[in-house]
Amino acid sequence: MSGTDLTQRDERFQIRVRNLHKSFGRHHVLRGVDLDIERHKINIIIGGSGQGKSVLCKHLMGLLKPDQGHIFVDGQDVVPLDEVEMNSVRRKFGMLFQQAALFDSMTVEENVAFPLREHTKLSGGRIRELVAAKLALLGLQNAERKMSSELSGGMAKRVGLARAIVLEPEILIYDEPTTGLDPIATKNVDNMIAETARHLGVTSIVISHDMASTFRIADRIFMLQGGCIVANGTPAEILATTNEDLRIFVETSGTVKFGDQPQAGGLG
Amino acid sequence: MDESSPASSKEKRTARWIGMVDALWRQVFGPLVTGFETFGHILALSGQAFYWLFRRPFRWREYLVALDFIGVGSLSIIVLVGIFTGAAFSLQVTDTFRTFGMESYIGAMVTLALVRELAPVLTALMVTARAGSAMATELGSMRITEQIDALRTLAVSPVQYLVTPRIVASIIMMPLLTMVFSFAGMVGAYFVAVILLEVDHGLFIAELEWMVDAYDIKIGLIKAAIFGFVLSSIGCHQGVSAAGGAKGVGLATTRAVVYSCVTVLMLDYFVGDILLIIYESPS
Repeated sequence: MSGTDLTQRDERFQIRVRNLHKSFGRHHVLRGVDLDIERHKINIIIGGSGQGKSVLCKHLMGLLKPDQGHIFVDGQDVVPLDEVEMNSVRRKFGMLFQQAALFDSMTVEENVAFPLREHTKLSGGRIRELVAAKLALLGLQNAERKMSSELSGGMAKRVGLARAIVLEPEILIYDEPTTGLDPIATKNVDNMIAETARHLGVTSIVISHDMASTFRIADRIFMLQGGCIVANGTPAEILATTNEDLRIFVETSGTVKFGDQPQAGGLG
Repeated sequence: MDESSPASSKEKRTARWIGMVDALWRQVFGPLVTGFETFGHILALSGQAFYWLFRRPFRWREYLVALDFIGVGSLSIIVLVGIFTGAAFSLQVTDTFRTFGMESYIGAMVTLALVRELAPVLTALMVTARAGSAMATELGSMRITEQIDALRTLAVSPVQYLVTPRIVASIIMMPLLTMVFSFAGMVGAYFVAVILLEVDHGLFIAELEWMVDAYDIKIGLIKAAIFGFVLSSIGCHQGVSAAGGAKGVGLATTRAVVYSCVTVLMLDYFVGDILLIIYESPS
């Protein structure tokens, strides 16, 4: 892997992170992260709270600048880019925030229409059609007129996803999509992620500490601990691991046991 | 235990001294350094806002919303405060000037004070209380709930979308509101002096016409525009740099109001002085 030219577009890996470091004051959060995100796959980053998973993802979109290291998106190093240049790279991304981060001064429809109004020259009618289609896709047919403050947690997340996918990005980042949801809603969100990945062919990056969800939908799992990626592999490889930290982390959740085989397709 | 030799006790004493000097340094210079840092951040944010002002897309709607909120929204409170400020000032001036037989100067005195000083300063304080605090709260809660990050992920500059319209609208609206304040103040002053305290209408107006120039009004309006810039850039900066949940937003709002009021009152003197030097009084 070290022999490949990172500045060339790679068919297998869409995002490649090398030796990423980030400190906040005295707190050294990322300590040399190396990460390869597979194109068109669901890549899940697990790890305990405060390990820097969200910080890592914010670096991928240029919301934070690293102290050291490189991030290649389709072969382009995004670290040296300024805010204006970064905006063109960000058009490849969509992000679903932990608390959805909907614009609370707008209705659901305005939230989802926002990226279209900002970045396309489509007519109002066409925008309404596209928004309605995306909302229908996520089971939100009658929510257009609602204010975002009136939505439940699960609905807000679906609206957030609708807003993130309305411009049809190539890469979708989900920041703890199932945190704070009941088991049914969690499963719905899992299905939503898996179906979005399959239907739109996007590269998905999911931050999670929900092990049941992770093993249900992941194509590849990364574990971030102590500021580094300490393990990575397919769910089957992860279950066969001898890494003690990883075994403890996964088994403590009580939902997955080592020696289990992950279900094929995963969504049963 | 046995190591409490003279050398180690000397080291301890040195360490204590260093600790004390360090604490003193931080007590005295810490706030100063923080103050300079904040000042630098506010300037940097205003610089960015200026940079984004000339880049596409131009979101006219955001400007209109900000102009409406800062200007139209503040109108009634400005008229009310203006009338009572003029009335109270006129009451005191009439009382004092009568003693010295200077009734003819009441109109001129009240108007000069209004257009040069009271209107820009009090308008700035009222707009800070209403709109500056709202900027800090609104942008602060957007920061806390990651809406500002969300804007960036959607490839929209939060500075261009949120900060530039607010600063521009404040710079445009402050002089207009100051004019309204001055007019309302003069109405209040006239009512108290001429109608309640029976100062002669002719006297009130004659000296006013003779002594108050377009130059005086210009001083007030330039000040107002500067205050508009100050209160909006401080309000927006406190908002976008808020951290730490609901308490952080509260703190940002408090700071925005306190910093803006103090800066406006301090700048009022310096700007007044500079303007007097630039435009030497024609009278």
